[in-house]
Amino acid sequence: MNRINNQAVGNGLTRRSVLKGAGAGAALLSAPGFVRYAQAQSSEPIRIGFQCHRTGIGAPYGRWYDRVTTAAVELINEAGGINGRPVEIIIEDDGTDAARGSEVVEKFVRQHKVDLIYGTLFSHVVVGSAPTAGELKVPYYVVSEGYHVASGKLNRYCVQPGITDVKAQVRSVAPWIASNLGKKVTLVYPDYAFGHDHRDYFRPAIEAQGGEVVAMIPIPPTETSFTRYLPQIPRNTDVIYHVMVGPAVLTFVKELGEFFGRGGPQLFGFIDSLEAVDLRSPGLEFLEGSHFWEGMPRYAQADMPDYEKFYRDAVGLDENGASVNDPRDISTAGHMFGCWETLYIIKQAMEACGYRGPQDREAMIEATEAITEIPAGTEHPQGRKIFDGRIHQVFGEQNISRVKDGRLEVVHRTSIDDGRYEPEADYTTMSF
Amino acid sequence: MGFGPYFLLATLEGLVSAAVLALTAVGLSLVFGVMRVVNVAHGEFFMMGAVLAWWCASLVSGNPALGFLIAFLLSPLIVAGVALAADRLVLKRLHYEPEATIVATIGLLYIIQQLALTFYGAEARPVQAPFDWRIQLPWFGYSGYKFFVIAAASAILLAVWFLLRRTNIGLIMRATQIDREMAQAFAIPVDRVYAGVFAFGAALAALAAVLIVPIKQAHYLMGQDPLLLSFIVVIIGGLGSLRGTVVAALLIGLSDGIISMFFSPTLAKMLATLLVALVLVFRPQGLFSPGGRLVR
Amino acid sequence: MTGPANRKTLALHLAFLAGLAALDFVLPDYHHGVLARVMVLAVFAMGYNIAFGYTGLLSLGHAMFFAAGLYGAALPIYHLGWSVWPSLATGVVAGLALAVIVAALALRTAGVAFMIVTLMFSQVFHLTTLYFTTYTRGEEGLVLPQNVRRLAFPGGEISLASADTRYWIAFILFAAVLLFTLALVRSRFGRALVAIRENEERMRMLGYDVFASKLAAMAVSGTISAAAGAAYAVLFGYAGSGFASIQYSILPLLWVLLGGAATVLGPFAGTLIMFYLIDTASSHTTAHLLVVGVALILLILYFPKGIMGTIRDKWVRWLP
Repeated sequence: MNRINNQAVGNGLTRRSVLKGAGAGAALLSAPGFVRYAQAQSSEPIRIGFQCHRTGIGAPYGRWYDRVTTAAVELINEAGGINGRPVEIIIEDDGTDAARGSEVVEKFVRQHKVDLIYGTLFSHVVVGSAPTAGELKVPYYVVSEGYHVASGKLNRYCVQPGITDVKAQVRSVAPWIASNLGKKVTLVYPDYAFGHDHRDYFRPAIEAQGGEVVAMIPIPPTETSFTRYLPQIPRNTDVIYHVMVGPAVLTFVKELGEFFGRGGPQLFGFIDSLEAVDLRSPGLEFLEGSHFWEGMPRYAQADMPDYEKFYRDAVGLDENGASVNDPRDISTAGHMFGCWETLYIIKQAMEACGYRGPQDREAMIEATEAITEIPAGTEHPQGRKIFDGRIHQVFGEQNISRVKDGRLEVVHRTSIDDGRYEPEADYTTMSF
Repeated sequence: MGFGPYFLLATLEGLVSAAVLALTAVGLSLVFGVMRVVNVAHGEFFMMGAVLAWWCASLVSGNPALGFLIAFLLSPLIVAGVALAADRLVLKRLHYEPEATIVATIGLLYIIQQLALTFYGAEARPVQAPFDWRIQLPWFGYSGYKFFVIAAASAILLAVWFLLRRTNIGLIMRATQIDREMAQAFAIPVDRVYAGVFAFGAALAALAAVLIVPIKQAHYLMGQDPLLLSFIVVIIGGLGSLRGTVVAALLIGLSDGIISMFFSPTLAKMLATLLVALVLVFRPQGLFSPGGRLVR
Repeated sequence: MTGPANRKTLALHLAFLAGLAALDFVLPDYHHGVLARVMVLAVFAMGYNIAFGYTGLLSLGHAMFFAAGLYGAALPIYHLGWSVWPSLATGVVAGLALAVIVAALALRTAGVAFMIVTLMFSQVFHLTTLYFTTYTRGEEGLVLPQNVRRLAFPGGEISLASADTRYWIAFILFAAVLLFTLALVRSRFGRALVAIRENEERMRMLGYDVFASKLAAMAVSGTISAAAGAAYAVLFGYAGSGFASIQYSILPLLWVLLGGAATVLGPFAGTLIMFYLIDTASSHTTAHLLVVGVALILLILYFPKGIMGTIRDKWVRWLP
């Protein structure tokens, strides 16, 4: 790791030595925000900083991530906490903004003195916050679905053990699409890094199945009307693969319906398009019979295992994937399980390394890297997973569901191998 | 699809966005033209209109046309009320000083956004169109409601033109815009005119939002783009010219869609934006600025 | 300006800088980091102030200058493996070049048209960063690894990834720009800019080349903004197209207006206040935007010329 040489700047007097000696800071300590914490006691809680998208475009996810986090932490604490210590969640809003995310990471470590940070979803916030996490040497457990962690471009403190990444997801669905829907695919994707990932990973995957991408339609950022792009879809398309995010998604589907009417190619979408959106919304009738990738089923399936029911009850989901308190409050079921599972991995890693405090952060990361098999169960209700410690990324099964009578029914579950790819990096060789 | 039908589709889509943009921009043009203040919260009035439309529609079950009608009548009124309150409480106290108004309206923007986030929520919610009519043209299907939007917006714009050009109220507004001191000398209650114009501008934005919300959805961040676009339209069209605003809205609404037929979308947006910038560089007064008069 | 006022002004600003330097030793960890960030962003605000506050050019496109510096520094480091010093230089030069080109075109307009033209150019820049996602990774952005973020000196190397170093680098940049701005506004050129703001026609009739002066003001403004962007990239290790978005054109405007346009200390005050407003509000409530909005309105009602501007108007008339 770099050695910090202070000799070039400053006069040899580091701020730390002055702070120890001088009492000048005492006056400032009484002002709000300058909080001192008591000496650590053995029952001192484990403090987890939850970087939440409370405002900004990620806000719908942030709400549900919050609920799932609360539910999981309650259960963990009821069962005795981690190493006998209760878990405390401290939430900060990052506004779904990369710069603010970096500031919030600093706030967590330097003001709230958390043990680790967790819970970020949107890729740009993760990538913006990661450098700060690496500098402050704080474990950063993200629930993001982006390929950024696995790419090796972040740092050894960044881990994604609770949710699969987009590269694996895209590769997993290609075989099923090619054999069930068709081989000629038109991709409709946002002209963002996120959309480019879909484009770049899907193309080789479908070609490996003997398929072909006949057209690629990038939609520019902040586009709110899609009709004018629809004519670019070639007549010989078998499948339209769409992954729109953001509030414009409903418009996209409605306009697809208006444009094609009853005819038209098969549709395959990612549930990202419809997270927190009611499938029975007017205009979405066009989706009947189409298929979606789901990280975890929104609707309660007939053959649902007990542990999945347990999870759904704990987080307050009714059988339509909406809140039990408000049937119009649709959840982000396809992603939020990642929070639950990540928290349990945190618990597992902390118990494996006997975590006592920030001095054990590196050990915690190493303990996480050592995890391989993750069996399905109440701690991992989405399903069985395999963690690859080299790229800090977990691999799992994906669901492909069909819209039937306004509900999503899982018709296929991909295997973990369907999505696996050769690791492009190895964090374990990197220093802390 | 052949070039002809593609072009037709792009044009239709352009007309829809131009229609809504024109309404929003006219509202801004009045505020900017008469009061000479930059209202950064204009987009939030638009958003409020959409959110209130959703709320009105949700009060009524059954025929969506009824909900839409209520929204159409009620939403602009409520938004106008909020704008009036903002004017009386804040803008008037700042004496409409341009720079201070910018900060104050940014504050207003944050407040309205937060209220929407807290009481309406973070997700985008659809509103049902008053009627469901899909027109099947030989090459593609199209929503009948979109034609309605174009027609309704045109009708409202005509009504606004009539108001400004042929009524006393319009005369008073134009007088205040041309020369505030002179208007005061003629016993025109300038403060009340300002309040009225601010409210009216906000109401127009809300009306535009009510029209568009069955097509797009109501979302608490949806005000940002309309704000930017309306500003651009107002300046390109020429300050103080209603006709200029409408023409500029048409130009911008149509060009975006048509240019994107030929280039990749991001590149198309870049080119369209550059084009607009260069129009201004070489004709800074805008296309139609009559230099001080509100309506030609 | 009279002698004693000159000395008073200089003394005030030097005392202020000394205070900031002293804070490095006493501030608790978190606020120490915050101040480093605020100082870099305040440099951006000071750059904007030169164009907007002193010359009266309301630009809505300064994000492109900040982003030019940001990417100008980040791209060579990330793709070409350059070290920090030359990349910082590239960032600053990129900002200067962009400012001159844009100003040459945009200054053909004035007032609201200028506002929109600068906005449009900035939008184009933003879209360009997204168009070249292959190189810039678009909105996701680029991470500059810690081991690359090192400044080489004759005596050795220092890592920019440490909070201490960051504070000092930010402070040096901030102090340099602050003193430069102070000198600029009290110079003939600076006073000419203010005169142009107040009455452009008269300046023209007096024989000043108004266009050249405004161009120079924009060039200086853009270069300083780019310096802030370049510093941000290497100090915080991230460059994303979010920094080229309209938000980063409105923020410096807000900071300057809140702190006091056409004052030297105003931009810093505005940046600091906005940061803590948002930070404190979001710690205490989930509805923090509401608190910030109300606070902004109250602040501008009682300080209509911004904090420092009102202070100057009412109490301390010699404040530059």
